[in-house]
Amino acid sequence: MEHIVIIGNGISGVTTARHIRKLSDKKITIVSAETDYFFSRTALMYVYMGHMKFEHTQPYENWFWKKNRINLKNGYVTAVDTDNKELKFADNSTMSYDKLVIATGSKPNKFGWPGQDLDGVMGMYHRQDLENLEKCTPGTKRAVIVGGGLIGIELAEMLSSRNIPVTFLVRESSFWNGVLPAGESDMINRHIREHHIDLRLSTNLKEIQADENGRAKAVVIEETGEVIECQIVGLTAGVSPNIDFLKDSKIEINRGVLVNRHLETNIHDVYAIGDCAQQHEAIGLRRPIEAVWYTGRMMGETLAQTICGNKTEYKPGHWFNSAKFLDIEYQTYGWVFSKPMEYEKQFYWEHEDGKKCIRISYHKDTKEFLGINNFGIRMRHEIFDKWLTEKRDIDYVINHLKEANFDPEFFKQHEAEILQHYNSQLVTNA
Amino acid sequence: MKNNLEQSMSLANPAPANLSLMQKIGTLIGMTGLGIILLAAFNVDFPNKGLWLAISLLSITAGVIMFSYGLYGNTVEGIKNNGVWSKSISSRGLLGWLAGISLTGFYIVLYFYPEYIGLAKDGGSNTGIIALFDPLSRILSGNPASQWFVYGTLYTIAILTFGIKFIWKYRHNRYHQIRTISVMFFQTAFAFLIPEFMARLNSDTFKLPYYDLKNVWPLNHYLFEGYNVKSFINAGNIGLALLIFGILSIFVITPILTYKFGKRWYCSWVCGCGGLAETAGDSFRQLSDKSIFAWKVERWVIHSVLVFIVVATTGIVHSYLGNDTSKYWLTKDTFLIGVAVFLATLFGAIWYFKRHELKKDARYGAIGYLVIILALIALHYTSGEQNIFIWKASKVKSAYGFLIGSIFSGVVGTGFYPILGNRVWCRMGCPMAAILGMQQRLFSKFRITTNGGQCISCGNCSTYCEMGIDVRSYAQKGENIVRSSCVGCGVCSAVCPRGVLKLENGAQEGRINPNEILLGNDVNLMDLVNKK
Repeated sequence: MEHIVIIGNGISGVTTARHIRKLSDKKITIVSAETDYFFSRTALMYVYMGHMKFEHTQPYENWFWKKNRINLKNGYVTAVDTDNKELKFADNSTMSYDKLVIATGSKPNKFGWPGQDLDGVMGMYHRQDLENLEKCTPGTKRAVIVGGGLIGIELAEMLSSRNIPVTFLVRESSFWNGVLPAGESDMINRHIREHHIDLRLSTNLKEIQADENGRAKAVVIEETGEVIECQIVGLTAGVSPNIDFLKDSKIEINRGVLVNRHLETNIHDVYAIGDCAQQHEAIGLRRPIEAVWYTGRMMGETLAQTICGNKTEYKPGHWFNSAKFLDIEYQTYGWVFSKPMEYEKQFYWEHEDGKKCIRISYHKDTKEFLGINNFGIRMRHEIFDKWLTEKRDIDYVINHLKEANFDPEFFKQHEAEILQHYNSQLVTNA
Repeated sequence: MKNNLEQSMSLANPAPANLSLMQKIGTLIGMTGLGIILLAAFNVDFPNKGLWLAISLLSITAGVIMFSYGLYGNTVEGIKNNGVWSKSISSRGLLGWLAGISLTGFYIVLYFYPEYIGLAKDGGSNTGIIALFDPLSRILSGNPASQWFVYGTLYTIAILTFGIKFIWKYRHNRYHQIRTISVMFFQTAFAFLIPEFMARLNSDTFKLPYYDLKNVWPLNHYLFEGYNVKSFINAGNIGLALLIFGILSIFVITPILTYKFGKRWYCSWVCGCGGLAETAGDSFRQLSDKSIFAWKVERWVIHSVLVFIVVATTGIVHSYLGNDTSKYWLTKDTFLIGVAVFLATLFGAIWYFKRHELKKDARYGAIGYLVIILALIALHYTSGEQNIFIWKASKVKSAYGFLIGSIFSGVVGTGFYPILGNRVWCRMGCPMAAILGMQQRLFSKFRITTNGGQCISCGNCSTYCEMGIDVRSYAQKGENIVRSSCVGCGVCSAVCPRGVLKLENGAQEGRINPNEILLGNDVNLMDLVNKK
């Protein structure tokens, strides 16, 4: 019986395993050194905040794996010998495979800051990071977070939930403005400050200072030389593929494990999916490495087909994503760029309360609908996916926005106001 | 796996915040109000009972409101679940157990030893807590208080004050605000005030039965008891109208509303049990068991209770009907045959229209149906004048009242809030919920829609589902949630960080839609895999 070994028990690896089991009787083993059972990484923050216990982040009950004959191996892979189709573990044991799936996800970036390895300095990615944060929490009078992305704002929310004052250092001139256009980004700036988080824009970290026990005691700001005393430093300046263990293998790597559109590496029977995979050439407007829950899941769904004999190209559909910034929910469908492409025009509406907005991107000549950002208003994935496929124009989208509304019943609806705003802009632009 | 995330190893308090000054004052005032009632329990004879009762009830109300304001007043609108699993009261800690034990004790005294809280014996006057409530009862109905009046008053205050807390907690969410106002209204008007005012209409020659109009059989399991039906009939046209309303509620009003809106119209908008669960019980919703095992237990238990009450009620009615066709058209045998024909039609219709959806569940349904039919036949042959089978009718009914009405819905259902969650009764025991649930599952427009492929399997929805539904297991498959137990409280939708869930009434087509591969992936692959 063919033995499929999957390194990594995150959403990508687990999705692959589940689908292989549905399609076949192959022997499946999932290897992880992080946890025994699959959990939702995006939910770790809620454990620290006391919304959930860790067990609630596990989407399947513990009996699920045995019932579905998916073997779980707790072990840390240190080397992959592709000639002999063998994995080597940190305890020097080995495991052979017939097909290997690398789904090891990401690790937090560190940019060589002085003091980045001190006690009290941490990323927020693995379960172990959460345990470390819990350990460091008592006695913390202030935390400093370095890096203004999705994990940074989540860590700020986590610490705030325990009433720990947070200083949030963001290199950019506005929060996440490499992805969010100015209006949305500024809305989130305001919302961060509304939560009494000390947001410092255009601010870089120079160094982290240690106390006599080798524990972080302060950070120094690059621009001003200001010293901010703190007991926790969160490094959340993005993530990169977690593939150090492949450096001495024959598997071709760049920033991630290089794969073709079938998610195959240069070595036969070795595949890579999820955050750690890097496409030779980006697909459409996507990035070659996508560290997103949904793409990891979709790669897993696709690869299971290939492994079970139905060779399938990875062809993600229309881009979509979502996040929650403290209390403001964000969804996006299609492409809306922070700095519009030369062919792109954008329509922006913001509610007077400053906590809801939408931005619709469209082609300046054809008026084709290209994408939407919605904040504080929920929208239907299915409808936008359909409108993108049908290449609807912006007039159609604005006039049919109500069909896409996904807010709970009785919520105030804003479509009429949005339409009015759209029409008034047309008049002023004409 | 080591579990050190859940336990605090720290010297500092892991809970998000210590009590604010406002919360401390609120606690003091509220406990003072409770303290007055407690003193009354020890037979402290308050001189001016009306005044002391007013002080007590107003203090409790003010205390809860101040506490809530201290908790939510100065926060930004949004989800307020910080520290739920680190606070003792909401995570089965010491405070949770203390609250559970106190509540359970209160229910035991209330149901079985009301004399301990001062219920008058044989024509005497009330003492203790019940005497404290006499002035209010006299204002409303003109009669002295009973233990049920004390209970009803405290119950209503709990729904009102914790309703305000809940509205504050969800002040960004109009669905929650409106439905909470609804349960507050129905409790105050229909369960508390109207029956008291109805009692005021009574005179020596005219007597209405106690009737909470929104309390539908079989939740209201004594509706068709002989004494109750007699008192309806004796109350002339008004009584008859009420009785007809009670019957229409079950067979007409309920099915129509459930078809249009799902069972939520009752369970989380109108019902008193639901009202308490959604307000005072909100802090315990995360404690419900989400395992598949619990789901299996739930289905067996709740449907057994339903079969029990159907048989018991049939037996009760059978026991007081006559045999003489010249006196009443509805005789013992006509009635039994009528029930059998009705159930057979119902079962046949479900089987015919929904057999492709039922699969294994149909077998269980058939078992339940068979049990009832056999019971009816047995009733016919074994029961004498006053018997259900070989037991006295009143015995069977009082067994139901004791086991289900008192122990299950009261002592366990509410007393165990802080241990088993706030909907144990609704989930495991309520026969009304079982009937509405079948309608919701099979003949309703209601569902919780899953938003394409947006689920990140975080688990907030499942954690905060008071009915123990593993909402995530559906959402992460892109599948709508169509479950008989869902009471439509809407909290899963509210706590979802990615806007994935929406309670909706919509078309039957596509209501149930399991997907192997979710929206967002290769269109051809989705077609290939999802089409069976």
